[in-house]
Amino acid sequence: MTEQLLLWQALNRALDTEMARDESVFTLGEDIGLYGGSYRVTEGLFAKYGEWRVRDTPISEGSFTGLGVGAALTGMRPVVEIMTINFALLALDAIINMAAKIPFMSGGQFPMPLVIRMPGGVAKQLAAQHSQRLEQTLMNVPGLRIAVPATPQDAWWQLRQAIASDDPVIMLEHELLYFETGEVDFAAEAPPLHQAVIRRAGTDLTLVSYSRMANLATQAAASLAEENIEVEVIDLRSLGPIDWDTCAASLRKTHRLLVVEEDCRFAGAGAEIVATLTERCFFDLDARPARVAALDLPTPFNAELEAASIPRTADIECAARQLLGRDNPA
Amino acid sequence: MDRDTLHRFLYDMLLARSFEERAAQEYTNGNIAGFLHLYPGEEAVAVGVIHAAEPADYLVTTYREHVHALVRGLPPRQVMAELFGRRDGICKGMGGSMHLFDRERRFMGGYAIVGETFPVAAGIGYSIALRGLPEAVICFFGDGAVNQGTFHETLNMAALWKLPVLFICENNHYQIGTEIHRHSAVVDVYKRACAYNIPAEKLDGMDVINVHEATRHALAQIHAGNGPQLLEFETYRFRGHSMADPGSYRPRSEVKAYAGKDPVQTVINEAEFGYPTQEEIAAAGPDIIAQLVDHPSAIDHFDAHQVAAIKQDVEDVVEDAVALALQSPQPSMDDAWASLYCNRRHETLLAESGHD
Repeated sequence: MTEQLLLWQALNRALDTEMARDESVFTLGEDIGLYGGSYRVTEGLFAKYGEWRVRDTPISEGSFTGLGVGAALTGMRPVVEIMTINFALLALDAIINMAAKIPFMSGGQFPMPLVIRMPGGVAKQLAAQHSQRLEQTLMNVPGLRIAVPATPQDAWWQLRQAIASDDPVIMLEHELLYFETGEVDFAAEAPPLHQAVIRRAGTDLTLVSYSRMANLATQAAASLAEENIEVEVIDLRSLGPIDWDTCAASLRKTHRLLVVEEDCRFAGAGAEIVATLTERCFFDLDARPARVAALDLPTPFNAELEAASIPRTADIECAARQLLGRDNPA
Repeated sequence: MDRDTLHRFLYDMLLARSFEERAAQEYTNGNIAGFLHLYPGEEAVAVGVIHAAEPADYLVTTYREHVHALVRGLPPRQVMAELFGRRDGICKGMGGSMHLFDRERRFMGGYAIVGETFPVAAGIGYSIALRGLPEAVICFFGDGAVNQGTFHETLNMAALWKLPVLFICENNHYQIGTEIHRHSAVVDVYKRACAYNIPAEKLDGMDVINVHEATRHALAQIHAGNGPQLLEFETYRFRGHSMADPGSYRPRSEVKAYAGKDPVQTVINEAEFGYPTQEEIAAAGPDIIAQLVDHPSAIDHFDAHQVAAIKQDVEDVVEDAVALALQSPQPSMDDAWASLYCNRRHETLLAESGHD
């Protein structure tokens, strides 16, 4: 049972399926009901489930995310949509101080079956305030789980798994991926929520990436193959926890590590990935690990500067060649 | 007020006072560390409000919540042990003084970031409303919390969706050391509720019977499906903000005036016979004398000996709680990991660095 779906449609199906299956699932956020959602993820659900289970909220990110926390404490399974991750900065108290800490502070008494979905990343000329990446902030919070689906198949699997989880799960969705198409096999058994996947096998170097950058990495790997460079591309799928075993097994084979992230380079997600894998695989490495990351720069509005501020496939290819001691074209 | 109810109020207020004063002593003894926010002076609010609630109603409280927990029925031993950070604490020593939780008794937590209780209560209220249950949630907050965005955001949502939330302002006139006239443009908290069409009242929070009556009335409205209500109780904390604060910024005359309104003494006065003096009898005239003599026997209240007996009871309870807390072992790091991973059930999760 497979279908070609856009990524937003896969999320929509996942939400619909879980809402139909479990009455404790409800969703809330700005413009998700009558309007249908800024990225259409909740399209059709308001008519089907009514205003109490598909709740249009006022513009009050801090409090409606906290409302999700309170509902989760009573065993409901709220799916909070924060219209864009940029607004999640207003909800960080609810996410970090409440959702992540209450089960712990209560000595393990309370469930926190809360999902917080947030579209983010650098899209198309949305300027600095709307081009946020927050993975590094959220990764540093014990108690949170973070899923970063890059394909419609993973979107279908991971949102359903996130809803089923009794831990709080952040879904970091990339705005440029919502309208990408992919095959979704509805019957296929899902890998664990946090398991990384090898998107392309290779022997020369291990390229670790996630979200939209995993797709760019796969493209770069395809063109490097024409130069006889065989890159193994790992899509982490999760940033909390991270599937280190899959990465380490790959490094034992390739002995070279390249991390590609859209996060700003300084203290970004890649810094953690490189640090842990270096600690774990130091004697497997034949070269220093390398990172391709966004510039440490607020995202410029200008289209060319914006594109140049985050990794492009050419940047990834260039870094791969360098890591292997190959010449880059002048 | 019937005798049993009055007995429960009196017991809880005396227990509250005794527990908190003993906690202060144990802090000084070095058995309790960190932030310790005590409740003496404000007892009438927690006791009056919580006694008006049904067992199915939820409570969400601030970081000054030991008394709320005790009144709700959390065992004093487990509350004291939590203050000590020990394994027998209600949260196994993971939460401490400011974060008491008890899922079984619907005690949904002490929150230590000012303004957090609003959205948590709204979320609980939302799940009650969504499921159509005959329950309510009581949301405590101080006067300092009303200038947080969450106060306004939550009142708006609660009113918009008619959530069964009772907002209880414990207005002790100070946000730590800043007096209300210096932190709020409008010092009557209840007036702010009218911006959201939420019925609200300001009441004397030093009189437990008064607090109880008002709360009962408000909860009846909420249980009838009429949406949120807000009650502002004017009260006073006799101590500083926390054990680190001597409270010296407050005028001596103010502290003295409120000490004269001690809610614990007030309920004792209400409960005791209070035989009139010879002068009072003489001054009252014949009809009044008859009333003064008849009243206490007619309602069968307590005498001073009975009050002293209750005081002894609560002293024993507190002594026992401290003894247990002192004996309780320190929690292990395994307890900490188990608390963090309490919700993983049998799910396959990946090994993580630092804790394989």
